[in-house]
Formats: sequence, structure tokens, C-alpha cells
Amino acid sequence: MDRQNRNRLVGLIFFLVLFPVLVMNVGAIGHYLDVMIFVGIYSLINMGLSLLMGYAGQISLGHAAFFGLGAYTSGILCTKLSLSPWLAMFAGVAITALIAYIVGVPSLKLKGHYLAMATLGFGVIVYIFFNEEVALTGGPSGFSDIPGLTIMGLNLNNDLYYYILVWSLVLLTLIFSLNVINSRIGRALRSLHDSEVAAAAMGVETSRFKVIIFVLSAAYASIAGSLYTHYVGFLSPSSFDLFLSIKLVMMVVVGGMHNIWGALLGTWLLTFLGNEWLHVFHDFDILVYGAILLAIVMFLPEGLIDLTPRMRRLWKGR
Amino acid sequence: MEKISLTGQLIQYIFTGITVGSIYAMVALGFNIIYNVTEIINFAQGEFVMLGGLIMVFFSAFLKLPLPLAFLLTVAVVTGVGALMERFTINPLKNATVLTMIIVTIAVSILLKGIAMFVWGKDPYIIPPFSGSEPIVILGAAIQTQTLWVLLMTAVVVVLLSLFFKKTRYGKAMLACADDPDAARLVGIKVNTMVLISFALSAAIGAVAGAIITPISLMEYDRGALLGLKGFGASVLGGLGSFYGAVVAGILLGIIESLCAGLISSGYKDAVALLLLLLVLYVRPSGLFGNVEAGKIKEF
Repeated sequence: MDRQNRNRLVGLIFFLVLFPVLVMNVGAIGHYLDVMIFVGIYSLINMGLSLLMGYAGQISLGHAAFFGLGAYTSGILCTKLSLSPWLAMFAGVAITALIAYIVGVPSLKLKGHYLAMATLGFGVIVYIFFNEEVALTGGPSGFSDIPGLTIMGLNLNNDLYYYILVWSLVLLTLIFSLNVINSRIGRALRSLHDSEVAAAAMGVETSRFKVIIFVLSAAYASIAGSLYTHYVGFLSPSSFDLFLSIKLVMMVVVGGMHNIWGALLGTWLLTFLGNEWLHVFHDFDILVYGAILLAIVMFLPEGLIDLTPRMRRLWKGR
Repeated sequence: MEKISLTGQLIQYIFTGITVGSIYAMVALGFNIIYNVTEIINFAQGEFVMLGGLIMVFFSAFLKLPLPLAFLLTVAVVTGVGALMERFTINPLKNATVLTMIIVTIAVSILLKGIAMFVWGKDPYIIPPFSGSEPIVILGAAIQTQTLWVLLMTAVVVVLLSLFFKKTRYGKAMLACADDPDAARLVGIKVNTMVLISFALSAAIGAVAGAIITPISLMEYDRGALLGLKGFGASVLGGLGSFYGAVVAGILLGIIESLCAGLISSGYKDAVALLLLLLVLYVRPSGLFGNVEAGKIKEF
């Protein structure tokens, strides 16, 4: 791990430790801890999406489906079969990874627009499935009373404990992902992003690496889904619709899609915007989202993470 | 009440299918026109249909303008939206990657959806059929008069587009761009202008589709995405870029969907169209009517 990554990691851990201390003592923003848990959950998905988009150069407009598959598998196994939540989480990852593999192998042979539409279509199909299989999923009204998580008898049904759990997993995933980026797979992926033809010509097994990353990102999303289920305790299809898939891509792009730290930044910013600060605009938040995304793509294509380096470049250029 | 015979029922489903399918066909035509000139898939294509429907509601039901005037104004406004989209988002981003282009058109689609929600709210709107609300009975099936309007307007759009591409200077210039933008530029065709026209034209077709379907299926702010997705399904099924392929595949898709909804399960009718899209993409990405070679030659 290079120095920049190590410094950022230390900075992030520092922030994560201070955050609850600062927030919980101020009444008005005490619930920010709850928002931060959602930031963590979405960060898990978006780190995978960042690997896929920023490093492998492939888009997915269907990641809400993998998130939902993890969530529903956990929810159904825990309530209907009374399985242990941790076992259910594991089962969710297995099922989601399998489906991602089945969908990924033919989908990732497609390029650009076709891939985007294929993943979009897949996402909508899974969403319809959640809505229609009433016996299994509870249909549009969903189902509730999903038990919380416990570790060795300790009930995590408490914002602070859950915050620690979620963000520990985020940190582990982050370190793992940074290692993936700096591994042989990571180098192969970057060569894919620049030119798939050149990479293939150099002997990189392009399709295999693309599928590996796609399945890995689906597994991240599935874990996030399980964490979501046990935290919220309630599931309905509307939490996993097409707009969520688009919002996830948006978080990655707004933060900076060529950089996993950008994905974290974008997730943090847009989740706080969506859950907290956009309430001012309640009914036209979509409008604001669209405007933000458009502005970023047009004027800051490398995302917010590029803001300060870009300023510095401009400054030095003068 | 007299029980409707099975043939009557089937004819009913098929007519419904052709009606919806015509809309998919028009969305697919919109995709193809932009794709042929720019190789961009415009993810905001469905939003043009949604805007067409809602603006038609505004002109005809709210301002109570006469029907033909309301229709023309609707098409004009949405065409303007398409042109603005090209000028302000596509044109400045020359040489962007495919990924960026996808995200830009998605951003525009979210923006248009947001504007529509802001202006019209979340409720669906309806307008009365263009002529008479008494259905016509054909072979035991009740056909809405608006269905005939949809078929008529689809035919008009197809004929006008064919004439445009075959007979007019601009149409021929656009075909030239589709074949080879560099060569087109060399012979003095303004490729920039052609890209602008392709967006305006696609938006216009979308507006027509939206305006004529609203009396049958209502219209609300968030219909664009699914319409766009199915329209894309039709254009892939027909072979991306193929003019007649889009029309045939759109109507075919509509009929399959309507038969599934009627005979199997209405909940899964949207999934059927999308499964078909995935199957075609996986098995035969060049479409039912194209072969791999023909897929490369961009002809309308």
C-alpha cells in the first residue's frame, strides 16, 4: 500500500472514531450516526461498483438487484427458516455470487451501451420478481419482523454497535479492495480500462477478469443487503428499484469513478444529501440529483475527489 | 353480460399488443436515428415520450387548445427539448468515452423526470380520445378508436421518415454521416448540425408517441425509463440501427407482451419483454433481422 493510501486510511479511521463522539453529544444531529450507518452500507456496494466502473471500465445499472438479493435472502432465511443471521448472510453471498456469475458471463461479452442496457434489464426483472413472488417476498407491501444481529450473545440492536460493525466491515473491504487494485488482477483491470484490445493482445484474459470483478462487486452488494435487512428490520421492493441502481452509479461518478476513495466520498455526500439535507427540496429531489450528476460529468469528469488536485493544477498553470 | 369468445379475446389482445407495440416501435426508431449518426444510445429517449404525453395534457386539457394545434405545439416543444439536450450536453462532450456518454444521457433523463415531477406532480393524467369514445366492435373484440389513431400516426411517422431520408438534402446528409462521419465532413456536410437534427428528430418522434398513447394508457412522470428500456429491446430485436427492423420488432414485442399479460400473468408482462431483450443480447446481439456483417453497415 503506498503512502497516499496509508495516509488516507489513517485519516478515515481517525474520522470514524471521532464521528460518534462528536455527533452523539449534540442533540440536533444525534441521528447522524444512523445516516452514517447507511453511508457505510452503500459504501460497501459502491466500492465494488468503483472496481467495476473505474478500474475495469464496465458499467452496471443493475446493482440494486444484487443488494436486494442479499437483503431478501437474509430476510427470508432468518424469518421463515429461523436460520442464524450470519449463516443467512453467507448464503446470500453464495446465491448472489452465483446469479452474478450466470448473468455476468454472457453480459460482460457485451460492450458499452449493450452492457448498460443488459444490466438495467436484469435489475428491473429482479425488481419485478420481488414484487410478484408474494408467497416468498411478501409482494409490494414486503415483510417485517426481521431479527437483528448478535455477536456472541451481544445484541447489536443499537446504533453505536451497528455503526462499529458496519464500518469495520467497510474498512476490511476497503483494505481488501486496495490490495486487489495493487495486485496482478488490478494491473490487468487497469489495462482493460485503457484498451481492451491492447490488453487482450498482451495476453490478459480480459473476459475472465471482468467476470471476477463483476461477481466480487455483486458479493459486496449482497453483504450490504444483509446488513441493511438486519438494521432496518423491514423489506419492500421499493428499496431496490431502478432508481437505486442509478443513484449508486451516481454516487460513484460524483465522487470520482477512477478512484475508490472517490466512491466513498460520493457515497458519503449523496447519502447525507438524500437522507438529510435534501429534505428542503422534498418533492423535487430527483431534479437536484439530475442537476448535480450533469454538472459533475460536464465540468468535473474525474469527480469531486479531483477537485483539489485540479485547483492546484490550475493554480500552478497560471 | 354476453361472454366474449376466445377468438374475440385473442383479437383483443393482439390489437392491444399492436397499439403498445407501435409506441415501442417509435421509441426504437428514436434510438436508431441517434445511434446511426452518433453511436450514442440515448438513455433519455423514454423521457421524450413521457414529456410528449404530459405536454399534450397541458395544451389540450389544461389550455383547452384545439386538438391539432395542441398536438403540433407538443411536438414542437419536445423537439426543442431534444435540440437543447444536444447543444448543452452532447455537443460540448466531444470525444468522451462511451461510459461518460451513458452517464450524461442518464443525467439528462433524471433531470427531465425531475422537471416533470416538479411541474405535473406524481399523479397520472389522461386526455379524452382524439375522436369518439365509443369502441368499434371487430370480430367480437372491442377496439378503441384511439387505437386506430395510434396505427395511423405510426404509419404517418414511418412514411415521413422514409421520405425524409430518401428525398431531402438533410436526410441524405444524415445517411452519409451514418455511413462515415469523416467522409461526410470531407464532402462538406456539417456533421455537428446532423447530430443536432438527429436529437431533435428523435425527440419529435418520442413526442408523437407520447401524445397519442396518453388517451389509452395515461401518462405520469416516471414512465420514461421502462418505455425506453422496452423501446431499446425493440431496436435490438430488430437489429440496432435498422429502420424497418425497429418497426416490426416493436410491434412483435407489443403483441408478445400483451398475449403474456392476457394468457399467462399480468404481473410478469414487463419482465417478459426484458427477458426477451436479455436473450437477444446474449444469443444474437445483431438482432433477428440483421446478420453480423449487416449490423456494421448503418442503413436506415
